Amino acid sequence: MSAAGPGVGGWTRARFVLGAFLAFMLVAPLVLPEFHVTLLNYIGLYSIVALGLVLLTGVGGLTSFGQAAFVGLGAYTTAYLTTAHGLSPWLTLLIGLALTFAMSLFLGFISLRLSGHYLPLGTIAWGISLYFLFGNMEFLGGYTGISSLPAIDLFGLALDSGRKFHYLIWTVALLALLSIHNLLDSRSGRAIRALKGGGLMAESFGVDTAQMKIVIFIYAALLASLSGWLYAHLLRFVNPTPFSINAGIEYLFMAVVGGAASVWGAVIGAGILTILKQWLQDLLPKLLGQSGNFEMIVFGVLLVLLLQRARDGIMPLAVRYFPGPNKPFSIVSQALPQRARPASGETVLEVKAARKAFGGLVAVNDLSFSMHSGEILGLIGPNGAGKSTVFNLVTGVFPPTGGEVYFRGERIDALSARAIVTRGVARTFQQVHLLPTMSVLENVAMGAHLRGTKGVVSAALHLERSEEAKLLTEASHQLERVGLGTCIHEQAGSLPLGQQRILEIARALCADPVLLLLDEPAAGLRYQEKRALAELLRRLKSEGMSILLVEHDMDFVMKLVDRLVVMDFGEKLAQGLPQEIQTHPAVLEAYLGGVK
Amino acid sequence: MNAEIALFLIQDGLTNGAIYALLALALVLVFAVTRVIFIPQGEFVTYGALTLASLQLGKLPGTAWLLLGAGLAVAVVDLVQALRQGAAQRIPAIVFKYIMIPAALLWLAWWSAPQKPALTLQILLALALVVPLGPMTYRLAYQPLANASVLVLLIISVAVHFAMTGLGLVFFGAEGSRTPPFSDAQWKLWVLNISGQSLWVIGASLALIVALFLFFERTLYGKALRATAINRVGARLVGVSPVMAGKLSFTLAALIGALSGILIAPITTIYYDSGFLVGLKGFVGAIIGGLVSYPLAAAGALLVGMLEAYASFWASAYKEVIVFTLIVPVLVWRSLTTHHIEEEEE
Repeated sequence: MSAAGPGVGGWTRARFVLGAFLAFMLVAPLVLPEFHVTLLNYIGLYSIVALGLVLLTGVGGLTSFGQAAFVGLGAYTTAYLTTAHGLSPWLTLLIGLALTFAMSLFLGFISLRLSGHYLPLGTIAWGISLYFLFGNMEFLGGYTGISSLPAIDLFGLALDSGRKFHYLIWTVALLALLSIHNLLDSRSGRAIRALKGGGLMAESFGVDTAQMKIVIFIYAALLASLSGWLYAHLLRFVNPTPFSINAGIEYLFMAVVGGAASVWGAVIGAGILTILKQWLQDLLPKLLGQSGNFEMIVFGVLLVLLLQRARDGIMPLAVRYFPGPNKPFSIVSQALPQRARPASGETVLEVKAARKAFGGLVAVNDLSFSMHSGEILGLIGPNGAGKSTVFNLVTGVFPPTGGEVYFRGERIDALSARAIVTRGVARTFQQVHLLPTMSVLENVAMGAHLRGTKGVVSAALHLERSEEAKLLTEASHQLERVGLGTCIHEQAGSLPLGQQRILEIARALCADPVLLLLDEPAAGLRYQEKRALAELLRRLKSEGMSILLVEHDMDFVMKLVDRLVVMDFGEKLAQGLPQEIQTHPAVLEAYLGGVK
Repeated sequence: MNAEIALFLIQDGLTNGAIYALLALALVLVFAVTRVIFIPQGEFVTYGALTLASLQLGKLPGTAWLLLGAGLAVAVVDLVQALRQGAAQRIPAIVFKYIMIPAALLWLAWWSAPQKPALTLQILLALALVVPLGPMTYRLAYQPLANASVLVLLIISVAVHFAMTGLGLVFFGAEGSRTPPFSDAQWKLWVLNISGQSLWVIGASLALIVALFLFFERTLYGKALRATAINRVGARLVGVSPVMAGKLSFTLAALIGALSGILIAPITTIYYDSGFLVGLKGFVGAIIGGLVSYPLAAAGALLVGMLEAYASFWASAYKEVIVFTLIVPVLVWRSLTTHHIEEEEE
């Protein structure tokens, strides 16, 4: 499969703009006046920081106001070590990055386990502390700063002017941009994109969301530190002012203005804010007849309006005009390894007196049942009977209050959702948990997360392409299997609800499960689609899959399942073959309110 | 350090801590009711202090113009909304509340400022000029996004802080101000000199805390705010308007902020951007209380005040660093004791 379809015209346009941009950057230092080159250099430096924030805030849904402090950490490390100890700037770059790594790991570790607003609050405190620390340390020159930094020596060429430095800054900025672009288009990237709004789903397919959050926080901090190192050697002078909390806030503004729809948002946001700031700093003091940072007012009001009117920044507009190609991927013949299937008739799941109480409400009351391999077990009951809670207990979304759950003989009730999916239990959700702006294919590939091993670094360098091809191939196979093979490139959110549920089945199948838990898969499907779904589930059963099914469509359930468990008010009302259940007096009572 | 210095630092710490405690309470209140992390709280401190300082110099404070400007902006937004909803009968109330009252206050300030009225009147006028900016800020910046995630509201808060700091610079200039103390009294208690101003600060803070307590326990509006804090949807279902709750909590926060500024203006020089750090110190206190517990937030704020007082004695250059680094052990402690619950926002 290759790029084709309506995206092509926009893609050509996008490539043309990219080419023009690169040509401009190449020629700019040779022809533009000094002032404009300086402005471009600053835009490049800010872009590098804003790129980290696009990843952290735009994509990952986390926020830091302390990025300026990481810039400062990079800048001061090299300023001090190159001037006081005469170290090579290349060595101090590594030392600065190492310091930043340690610091961001520590900050991330203590604040990311708490709810979302502790990270930004923590970074505000950290940004202020570091600013005052820079200003008060004797050996760092206090508020006067450190001057006479050495120029960077690149293969014998001293980068001692802004024009020469331009190339280094923009090479770094474009490489950073490429690395994040690559990262987002990968197994780890899908996990990162799931952090905002899809945390529960991601955990259910084995993503360590806490670790992912720390990883992107560190990534953003390292980019900031790198920008600081460049800044220090561009100006060859540092003082605390550019690393204050206000600068940290401006970096965040850049990322928000640009938006997360594309990595180019960072460059555009940095560009707009830098030029706007320059212009306002000329204009406003004249207008008001006094000097000061009045652009703060405009920035503040602008940001409020932007968040009220266009929360995704200005990039979505640009993306509409330059749609990228459908991401090409090639079907590879090598398949992912599969888990050993249980022997026919082996007991797969055993629930013993499981109990879940939410405060005084007992949602599941000492429920016991078991299922063996290749069996379809229906779990039915009126609304509020506790069926979805049973799913959550089996898949480890929350631990049971009492009782035991065994999967293939191993006790799993104390395990996390991640540990349970590793063992071969996959699920769909009653309310669909999709990432609506990601393609159908990428959503399904989330299910195969645990079948890949390559991490963030190889993703950023795109060294994991063969594994990625296998994952996408698997995802497309599963989509073909469930009958969604024709819409793999569509946005998942654009599918009708019924098909979104089918997509969730494909995603669960990608996890190579032994036990599949389906929560109302037929809801919202038309008659033909229901028949196709029943056909699919029978085929899975014949391959030895065990399926636990919650469904309200009795016609669908009765024709499909081997056995039924009926729940009411958290308790097991009855269990047995479909025909037994249909005539069971207690079940009729619960469903029909008693037959007189 | 001898006993005299130690006692003096305690007095200093208690005075600052009382202010931080007030701010911390306001921050917890706003967060509980609206989920807004109210970073601009500090600007209300600044505005309160500098408005009073202008009045004491017999000058018209810039906040009077700001109030009229904000009032006009709110009036425009509300009028557009009223016309869109075909509710023309609301127009007179909007014009009266958001244009005529601010204009009247502007006139009152312009007329009375040169006459230098009594301190109490000056304080009342300063509060009347600054406090309405609280609910107006809510209307303009937060109300259209009331259902957004905590994170978006936080970014809005930082943007509002930015704009208000810049406006502070426009209206008050870069020069700092310090107002004369409310009382010049000094008492000698053993080795300790107790200043009248410290007693004012601590006394006023205690009085305000008691008043807030009575407000929340005894009045219908106080109970409505508590209900909103506990369960937003539930409160709405029994008829508590979220807009009313938002505006009321912002009014209280602005009142507490402006009053704090008026109380500390005689103790320390206030610049247009001083409030930010003062407000954040209240935040450190509020975070100690997990942004939910009032008593813990107040205790945390007192701890911040004490720490600051002793830090300025032992290592004055690193005072701010020490105070803000306090957040690190607090976060460590909270992250070890809080059972993490996955939040699904947006």
